[in-house]
Amino acid sequence: MTAPAIATAALDETAVAHPLQETARVARDSRPLRLITCGSVDDGKSTLIGRLLWDTKAVKEDQAASLQRDSKGKQNDLGLPDFALLLDGLQAEREQGITIDVAYRYFSTDKRSFIVADTPGHEQYTRNMATGASTADLAVLLVDARVGLLEQTRRHATIATLMGIKQFVLAVNKIDLTDYDRSRFEQISHEFKELALSLGVRQVTAIPVSALKGENVVYDGRASMPWYEGPTLIEVLELATTRSAQTVGFRLPVQRVSRPGESFRGYQGTVAGGSVKPGDSVVILPSGMVANVTKIVTFDLVRNAAVAGDAITLVLDRQVDVSRGDLIAAIDSQPMTGLAFDAQLVALQAEGIQPGKRYWLKSGSRRQRVQVQPISQLDLKSGKWNHADELPMNAIGKVHLSFDEQAVFDAYEQNRTTGAFILIDPDTNNTVAGGMITAKRAAIGGIHTEDSRVILSLPADLADQLMATEIFAGRREEAEVRRVTAAKAIEIIDTIDE
Amino acid sequence: MPHTHPETELHNPQSTKPPLDPHLKALENEAIHIFREVAAEFERPVMLYSIGKDSSVLLHLARKAFYPGRVPFPLLHVDTGWKFREMIAFRDEMVEKYDLDLVVHTNARGAAENVTPFTHGSALYTDIMKTEALRQALDAGQYDAAFGGARRDEEASRAKERIYSFRTPDHRWDPRNQRPELWNVYNGMIRKGESVRAFPLSNWTEVDIWRYIQAEEIPIVPLYFAKKRPIVERDGMMILAEDPRLELLPGEAKREEVIRFRTLGCFPLTGAIRSNATTLDDIISELETATVSERQGRAIDRDQAGSMEKKKREGYF
Ligand SMILES: Nc1nc2c(ncn2[C@@H]2O[C@H](COP(=O)(O)OP(=O)(O)OP(=O)(O)O)[C@@H](O)[C@H]2O)c(=O)[nH]1
Ligand SMILES: [Mg+2]
Repeated sequence: MTAPAIATAALDETAVAHPLQETARVARDSRPLRLITCGSVDDGKSTLIGRLLWDTKAVKEDQAASLQRDSKGKQNDLGLPDFALLLDGLQAEREQGITIDVAYRYFSTDKRSFIVADTPGHEQYTRNMATGASTADLAVLLVDARVGLLEQTRRHATIATLMGIKQFVLAVNKIDLTDYDRSRFEQISHEFKELALSLGVRQVTAIPVSALKGENVVYDGRASMPWYEGPTLIEVLELATTRSAQTVGFRLPVQRVSRPGESFRGYQGTVAGGSVKPGDSVVILPSGMVANVTKIVTFDLVRNAAVAGDAITLVLDRQVDVSRGDLIAAIDSQPMTGLAFDAQLVALQAEGIQPGKRYWLKSGSRRQRVQVQPISQLDLKSGKWNHADELPMNAIGKVHLSFDEQAVFDAYEQNRTTGAFILIDPDTNNTVAGGMITAKRAAIGGIHTEDSRVILSLPADLADQLMATEIFAGRREEAEVRRVTAAKAIEIIDTIDE
Repeated sequence: MPHTHPETELHNPQSTKPPLDPHLKALENEAIHIFREVAAEFERPVMLYSIGKDSSVLLHLARKAFYPGRVPFPLLHVDTGWKFREMIAFRDEMVEKYDLDLVVHTNARGAAENVTPFTHGSALYTDIMKTEALRQALDAGQYDAAFGGARRDEEASRAKERIYSFRTPDHRWDPRNQRPELWNVYNGMIRKGESVRAFPLSNWTEVDIWRYIQAEEIPIVPLYFAKKRPIVERDGMMILAEDPRLELLPGEAKREEVIRFRTLGCFPLTGAIRSNATTLDDIISELETATVSERQGRAIDRDQAGSMEKKKREGYF
């Protein structure tokens, strides 16, 4: 095989020695840490990940040779290869020198393994950044040291936070181009920590970085920045925590019903929270039927317990009506069921989110019709929520969701699976928003706005009791009360329904 | 054919295996989730079965996903007619052993016109006998979803691909306009004629594949293990010289070498590596010190820069 020899020869040895290939044993005692890079256009996200792959020896000789070849003519002043080309794998990306879609890459150190999603900085491709952010445990937010925080930096920080990322690394990049200016680094870190605080993020590590030269990425940059004594990027990543399925109770969105023969009926899905064992009582939602777990079946063995993340087949003790889209949940810790919910979402397509339009909502394995009413939109500059009737592309908004049929959710804060959803435009079949449930709203759909009224027909004694409560008495003058016969009440309500 | 599984069978004899490490377990869970989701959402799924190591893992995961039921879709093998002989034998053995439905498709037009890797060059040959053949087979079966064993770590354009990869009615991939894919909530909504390629192994690396094969004792084609085999050197590659259709060119000579294959495709286009790895342990430690990537042995990836993206856009897997 001649290729490796060519590969080595093609490397400009003075520019950058390809790290020696050593045995890279992967630590496998935990699941991989999932991280994203984000931040504004050209801040060096792809270069940083390229550098990380290079310095952790994840780049093989033939790939290094291609990189060297493809870098021709794009060489920077330092004569280093264009590390971003390790990530920007689409023709259009290479031609334009930008990232368009998220790239997933895998690398490991002797401490742990990583899945990194390199996301695009361009506002136009925010949807692809959101794609990467939705599954990440940690975000590396880049800022160009010469430029500082931009609106796009704020957008990405906000989306990452909304999607539940709680650990941030602020990489103040291209520090080499500021002559390793310490005060500049400190000023940007300070500015970001204020933004982070306003977003409710407490875990921020700021690092001055030169992605291109590989300073404070895997190797420390002490030679150029003796004033920085903190950790390198890889040190922070090695210590970061993976998100556990923080949740209130057992959840199993049913993906399919398995009926291989007369004697077996099992419900297949991935445990989305909590744990389950034979004997547990569960409720099937939205129907509300109750059953007990008799068996947890997997290919390898009949198990005595399953935890969040496990793909299982559940067998129940009685014939109940369970189908795809139902949620099997712990009986003593149930999710919210209702026709109306509050949510936050990110609008991902050019058409934005139109008020009153009916979308498909998919959450877990359930797909149902929903009407979306935008309420407000986040102004990234001021951090304020402004009233909004519709949400344009890339907007972050608060919305009301109204369903025709019972919907079942947890708050996203509590469960990242049963609290998350996507919206699908029935006209294009495209995914137009990613959303996070915040709360359940009053069970009567669409009556919650300021000037709406509710006509209640109650037995007189119950009405008297309600009117005696403090909450009612306090606003007695806002209510209109008429006493009528039961027959008259039915007649009045029937005329409303017509 | 009845496939009843009495409850007593649920205690699988394989349960003596030690549990998977959390890393592999997480990958396995994700893949099973994808299998079940696609099987539930689509009307006519099919699984592309290329007989290689990734396909072997894919098949194993499919069996796990639907256990105690049977794999609820057919396997599709696009046979170029130039696969290694041992691959075909292995394929038939698996189908028999696991009671699978297999569809084999060969591009009849290409075969009739005698399109071979020798006469037409690797690019055109791949185009006709693999890409075009695949499109024919998918159209003929009217499949609306096709599972593939592609991994994102294989190649730079693969690294960009979604787990549900949307295809137009003429099987094209538009990498500039992929649907957002958030969490593990997959959008399987398509119109008639459109389809989705689904990749349960997206987040697996080559090492993960081998560790999983080892942990789960998954059968694979023996060509992955080192053995003394006849080879001929051509275009900087060592090609297996056992098929009578391989004609030696002037200056070429057959010789024996201890070799194995890191990937398996069409034998004239797949380079062997010198190796003494005769066990899975050997393969894994060889891999951990490998200095070149696995696709290095594949002629089709070297044809031109961005060649994989181009093929994918045209409907290649
Ligand atoms: N001097 C210097 N240049 C850098 C550094 N990091 C990145 N660059 C250069 O900045 C340019 C943009 O880098 P990319 O990595 O493509 O930026 P990006 O953030 O991925 O851009 P998008 O993905 O398109 O948003 C390239 O020319 C890099 O070589 C650095 O630390 N120092
Ligand atoms: Mg980039």
